[in-house]
Amino acid sequence: MLGHLSWAAIPLNQPIPLVTSAVVIILLAAILALVTWKGWWPYLWREWLTSTDHKRIGVMYVVLALVMLVRGFSDAIMMRSQLAIAAGSAAGYLPPEHYNQLFSAHGTIMIFFVAMTFVIGLMNFVVPLQLGVRDVAFPVLNSVSFWLTAAGVLLVNMSLLIGEFARTGWLAYPPLSELRFSPGVGVDYYLWSLQISGLGTLLTGINFTTTILKLRAPGMGLSRMPMFCWTAFAANLLIVAAFPILTATFAMLLLDRYLGFHFFTNEAGGNAMMYINLIWAWGHPEVYILILPAFGIFSEVIATFAGKPLFGYRSMVLATMAICVLSFMVWLHHFFTMGAGADVNAFFGIMTMIIAVPTGVKVFNWLFTLYGGEIRFTAPVYWSLGFIVTFVIGGMTGVLMAIPPADFVLHNSLFLVAHFHNVVIGGVLFGAMAGYTYWFPKAFGFTLDERLGKAVFWCWFIGFYLAFMPLYALGLMGATRRMQHYADMGWQPQMLIALAGAGIILVGIILTFVQLVVSIRTRDRRRDLSGDPWNGRTLEWSTSSPPPPWNYAVLPQVQALDEFWRMKNERKGSEASQPIRYKAISVPRHSAVGFSIAFFAVMLGFALIWHIWWMAILGLACALAVALVHAWRIDIDVEIPARELAKFDRQHRNQDAPA
Amino acid sequence: MNASAAAAAPGASGREDIPISERGPASIRTVVSFGFWLFLVSDIIIFSALFAAYAVLSLQTAGGPSGAQLFDLRHVFAETSCLLISSFTCGLCMLAVARRRRTMTYQWATVTFLLGLSFIALELSEFARMIASGATPARSAFLSAFFTLVGTHGIHVTVGLCWLIVMMAQVATLGFRPMVARRMLCFSLFWHALDLVWIGVFTIVYLGARL
Repeated sequence: MLGHLSWAAIPLNQPIPLVTSAVVIILLAAILALVTWKGWWPYLWREWLTSTDHKRIGVMYVVLALVMLVRGFSDAIMMRSQLAIAAGSAAGYLPPEHYNQLFSAHGTIMIFFVAMTFVIGLMNFVVPLQLGVRDVAFPVLNSVSFWLTAAGVLLVNMSLLIGEFARTGWLAYPPLSELRFSPGVGVDYYLWSLQISGLGTLLTGINFTTTILKLRAPGMGLSRMPMFCWTAFAANLLIVAAFPILTATFAMLLLDRYLGFHFFTNEAGGNAMMYINLIWAWGHPEVYILILPAFGIFSEVIATFAGKPLFGYRSMVLATMAICVLSFMVWLHHFFTMGAGADVNAFFGIMTMIIAVPTGVKVFNWLFTLYGGEIRFTAPVYWSLGFIVTFVIGGMTGVLMAIPPADFVLHNSLFLVAHFHNVVIGGVLFGAMAGYTYWFPKAFGFTLDERLGKAVFWCWFIGFYLAFMPLYALGLMGATRRMQHYADMGWQPQMLIALAGAGIILVGIILTFVQLVVSIRTRDRRRDLSGDPWNGRTLEWSTSSPPPPWNYAVLPQVQALDEFWRMKNERKGSEASQPIRYKAISVPRHSAVGFSIAFFAVMLGFALIWHIWWMAILGLACALAVALVHAWRIDIDVEIPARELAKFDRQHRNQDAPA
Repeated sequence: MNASAAAAAPGASGREDIPISERGPASIRTVVSFGFWLFLVSDIIIFSALFAAYAVLSLQTAGGPSGAQLFDLRHVFAETSCLLISSFTCGLCMLAVARRRRTMTYQWATVTFLLGLSFIALELSEFARMIASGATPARSAFLSAFFTLVGTHGIHVTVGLCWLIVMMAQVATLGFRPMVARRMLCFSLFWHALDLVWIGVFTIVYLGARL
């Protein structure tokens, strides 16, 4: 009846996951109780959970990412404290099986559910606004994408209490991840949660590529598209091209585990190295799916706060697209030690170094944009400057490891761990935080507290250097990654410094939430009535903050790159503007399809993990039924009359010119 | 068309003097079919990963039967014929949809469906024969890759058959409204794409085994 599921799945003998789960469950129950008590359900259901508005979906992605950041960071600080203790004869407080789950969960969560989720959330919120259109190409599909991501998140977190998570590292290399060596449900939790959320990501990629190529305001040719849209375009192209490889690879591993196939097994001719090739053919483009939108954010932030157009727009576009293509030609540098031979390694080593060229172009473009600008040192600028310094260091250690003979020494060491945290924290996370601070007033109509924002930056910046610079040294001294205990007492001082760094980052994360609470409580003092709090350059700042559900009552006629900047300058000249002729528009109705499909996807995933076949069939059938019912809906749009559009615009304009 | 009318209906106008990239949002038909093309691209990438796996593992028979021993080209010829002809009849069905001819749509959809079903029946009989002779997917890496690649294509054809039934139900209940016509267009793209993949399967798997 319940497959492999029994009471033995609850880790009653392990206090850490048990207490954590209890706290999480109590917290969730408290939130649900509060929502019920306050009677917020109808609002929450109609305006958020079933929303097909790209702005609402974007906000939900970012909330999900921030929550998962806490989860991923708790894993991190546990690992750091274990390593600070477990030297020489001391064993530390985490047994190896638990430690293995921690680093696997940390990597999986941070990449798939924090970085991806954050970046996709910002793209959701910003891209249609910057393109000057009303929504993405397929709004209901967008909601499905979000909820499938949330389904993956739920499954990963369920593994904490029911069963276990993978102990195989964040990419689950076989043969370790095969049934013979990982007989538990951990790898299945990993695979199914990523299959489900990966499908959501793929749909996002299709949705946004279509949006950017087919839905832009009149006049916005590709060469007038804001830089963030270009980088989002490159990232979504990469999603469409790379995520199917992930799906296929995981499907093969699942067939090995569930039906005794021999793709990656040691026996019957299976080839584990094929998995590693395939997974990195997805995995390397994935790195750029994360970093390219971050580059876009920095481009927007730097141009805005330097008060200058972005230096070298065309070279920036070219560099972005060059990285987009090159990212598919470097995957083998993740396993130079495979033994592919000197020629193959040399090719991939050189390709890897070549990627540094377009990246270098970008860095110089940012520097030249700043040069001679009247820079306003706001929190997003802090993140951007911190990024330029940190990312260049991370890039250089990357080029170092692109040299195959050097990689043979550094491979699998803490040097590698330091390198990729250097680029992911210094690049993606700094970018996400810059974007969060920069676009927050657009989403909610008030700015975030600037002083606390800068404090958050300093905590992450200093914390990062303290936590990861010692790891470079330790890596050179021979410390390996995924190590739960070490004999060499000489490593302990660096490990203690790293723990201190993680502690400072913890303060930064806490301050992020403090900043949010403080800003909400003082929102009346920090309202953005103009819709343009930063003196921005691109179209998203031309509408109100928060924008209406339809974004633009009349689509803007774009005449230039930095269109809003042009509009503001011309408006100064001629005060009298022509009256706008409003026409009724239709926006998509809210839809429970995404939420329902994801609900049944969780059911399906959970059933497959525990081999509860009837429940799997039921879950799949119900998900299909939901899709089928939706296929017969005709009334998917709501019409908004011209009068209402005119009224909203009038109000926004009145607020616009109080002085 | 004068400029003010064009500004009132952005995107819908046929202003040849404006570059296509600056004409504003594309029509819903363009958007939907473009999105579906992208989906097909991603689907074909899934297949390319499976093809790559097959290429790597095709000689790993682990002492079991090889492709040359197992494949019956006459059988595969029958399968191929069914699928390719069904693509043609699917095209005829689309012509009927374009002319809003209900009976003709049903007729050609039925022929397409039956041809697709015959393909699936032939494929299943091939699988059954192989499994009965001990050539199961768990026998060797080669057979794992074979069953996965060919089976994934078969699952796609099956999904296509179900989709066709749903579409006929939509034509019957909703008529030839633009939404239904767009979905029929997507279905036909899907069906032709499966042909394309099958030609790859036929060449690399079945003819490749004769090399």
